Amino acid sequence: MKLSSGAIRLVIPAASLAVLLAAVFYMQPRAMSYTGLNLLFNLAVPIALATIAQMLIMSVNDLDLSMGTFVSFTACVTATFLQSSPAIGILILAGAIAAYAALGVIIHVRQLPSIVVTLGMSFVWGGLAVLLLPSPGGAAPGWVRWIMTAKPPLVPVAIVASVIIAASTHLLVMRSSLGVLIRGVGGNQRSVERAGWSIVWLRAAAYAMAGFFAVLAGIALVGLTTSADANIALRYTLLSIAGVILGGGEFVGGRVSPIGAVIGALTLTLAGSFLSFMRISPDWQIGAQGAILIVVLALRLFLNRLEKREKNR
Amino acid sequence: MNEIAHEQEVVAARGVKVAFGAVRALDGADLVIRAGECVGLVGHNGAGKSTIVNVINGGLTPHEGTISYGGEVAQGITASRAHGVRCVFQELSLCPNLTVAENARVMHSDLTGTGWRKQALALVKQQLSDIFPGHTIDCESVVEDLTIAERQMVEIAISFGAVADRPRLVILDEPTSSLDAGLAGQLMAYVRRFVEAGGSVLLISHILGEILSTSNRIVVMKDGKVVADKPASQFQTRSLVEAMGSVVREQGSDRTARVRTGDAVLSKQLNPRSDSRLEAYAGEIVGLAGLGGHGQTEALLEIYLSANGNWWPTREPKMAFVAGDRGLNGTFSLWSILKNLSVSSLKALSSRSMISDGREAEVGDRWRKRIEIRTPDMDNPILSLSGGNQQKVLFARALVTTSKIVLMDDPMRGVDIGTKQEVYEILRSEASAGRTFIWYSTEMDEIRLCDRVYVFRDGAIAAELVGEEITEANVLAASFAGGVAV
Repeated sequence: MKLSSGAIRLVIPAASLAVLLAAVFYMQPRAMSYTGLNLLFNLAVPIALATIAQMLIMSVNDLDLSMGTFVSFTACVTATFLQSSPAIGILILAGAIAAYAALGVIIHVRQLPSIVVTLGMSFVWGGLAVLLLPSPGGAAPGWVRWIMTAKPPLVPVAIVASVIIAASTHLLVMRSSLGVLIRGVGGNQRSVERAGWSIVWLRAAAYAMAGFFAVLAGIALVGLTTSADANIALRYTLLSIAGVILGGGEFVGGRVSPIGAVIGALTLTLAGSFLSFMRISPDWQIGAQGAILIVVLALRLFLNRLEKREKNR
Repeated sequence: MNEIAHEQEVVAARGVKVAFGAVRALDGADLVIRAGECVGLVGHNGAGKSTIVNVINGGLTPHEGTISYGGEVAQGITASRAHGVRCVFQELSLCPNLTVAENARVMHSDLTGTGWRKQALALVKQQLSDIFPGHTIDCESVVEDLTIAERQMVEIAISFGAVADRPRLVILDEPTSSLDAGLAGQLMAYVRRFVEAGGSVLLISHILGEILSTSNRIVVMKDGKVVADKPASQFQTRSLVEAMGSVVREQGSDRTARVRTGDAVLSKQLNPRSDSRLEAYAGEIVGLAGLGGHGQTEALLEIYLSANGNWWPTREPKMAFVAGDRGLNGTFSLWSILKNLSVSSLKALSSRSMISDGREAEVGDRWRKRIEIRTPDMDNPILSLSGGNQQKVLFARALVTTSKIVLMDDPMRGVDIGTKQEVYEILRSEASAGRTFIWYSTEMDEIRLCDRVYVFRDGAIAAELVGEEITEANVLAASFAGGVAV
């Protein structure tokens, strides 16, 4: 059977998640339960949402370095305004999404490198977050808390949420015609332009959707932690990029996979727990996480090369 | 032919002028395409073929002249698409990360609704089997999994396909460049059927046989103007090649017959499938000619990498390279003129790994006088110079080194004529001092300066011309398949 290159790209993230999960279950059989799974994957939900947001930006060949501070900012909004006066909170979050769309327009119209613009914006978001919550505090809105701590029968909420995120973004990015056009911009911007589409509009749409998922990530995070802090999600910038790459996406060329991105986020979260079970000291954990990433990416490069050799024959 | 002349115009470009800086790409060109005809468009490099295609499809706004679609003056990509103009570009313009059906969605904005995937799939399948009966393309696969030929077939099929309004004019720019003879024949047969049904096609190809057998009318361009516009039946291969060249312009030969001494300094077999070798002797200027993009730049890179290595720089570089695209791989745009000039020879200018400022300035001064870089101060930024002077600095960069062979990748594109003459002078004196130049050029005047010329076609050497044989007619004949050999 001949596999498409997209399917091959999904095999490795799925296999690495399975291997890690098997290793965790082997070391800690008690994790193989409803509560165990929920604990393992709880924190993966906001990371998966942030990874999807990053993936949308990467699908138009850009990179968002403000993901971490933006998610922190939205978490702070959720813990303060959205909880105390929901109308204003929703307004602020909608404004933040509009700001993301505007960023896409500016980056395209002025031909600026997205890395520079988003790096600059990360200080803006960070500053706004500190203004909202100078010290850790706030409270999660009741409905958010209710969703994140729900106890559906048979399958824990973390798994249900991950599946819903993966399925809905798969529909949005891989199946809808807007998603096709956005990925087309990443694949060959000139040909999309020549076919008469507005690239500015498409880029703005991609950024706005990214902003939307990042807002969801902030809300989900507060639902788990019950309070927020201006620096709560700083790691998300690199985690989200790593998640996209781990899930089979690429930096350029519009080659992204929403299902892969969610699996990548789950794998990264699981890697942290796995290393704790191995009793590796937290000092070494970041290095070990990097090692896992390198192994998976090396495997993918190897498969790519095999595939190319097959094609040339 | 009279009834065709009265047919309705699909596109008319009249008196179109386009200039890129000092270069006039189109200089008052007229091109009218009517319904129900296939127009062949031929011309050598820089004749303005791609520019006029870009004007017609709305990608480029002319500085002068009018474009009208179906008699209605309009401009822009949206207007041209609304009037049924479709374009298959020379470089493949599909999105490699999308599937075949998804690419059809990108190209056809009227593929809407919930069932667009199925519709797109049916459309492409139908069109593919119409044009290329018996093809084996899997329309559900991602474009990057297809071979180059399959991608070209898909692109052609998508362009000819239609959801609601049928295309009225399809522009095919070198559509058969990666198709084999059988597929090319199928495509040409389809073009004829499409034209008979009332559509029109603008066909650009370097294979003159295709142009002559498929077109109703042939337009020949040269130097941004249309020089001939006649029914295809009035052309033969020979007259077509002659029309592309200048009528009478044989310059007095200033070439001195050079005696080859010793062994070749360079001898390389470029293509494993043919035994023709590229050879160069000391003191020779070797030209690489042919239509742009037929493997000349690749040949230069292959020669360069085989001598200098890709990984580790050699101690004494045997070859120097003068880049063609200044912005892309020529200048260091933030550095000064002097630093740009000396970067290839830093080893010779330094002692104990430290660059000697005095020696660097001395070299800079010498070359500024020698090649007349027009600047008051060599420490000015490189971008303060005009394009031609930047190019001179890049030349000097190669000439400062001790390399015996200098490779040039069409470096004189867009350089004014005065600067060109100065550079030609330097080339001649350096060559007589024993340096060897291998020069890819798209300009006939430069090719005529060479002692020996290799004409490239489809990535291989199609002809070798020596001395008096280097004429425009011979180069043209070898560049176009089916052209008359010497």
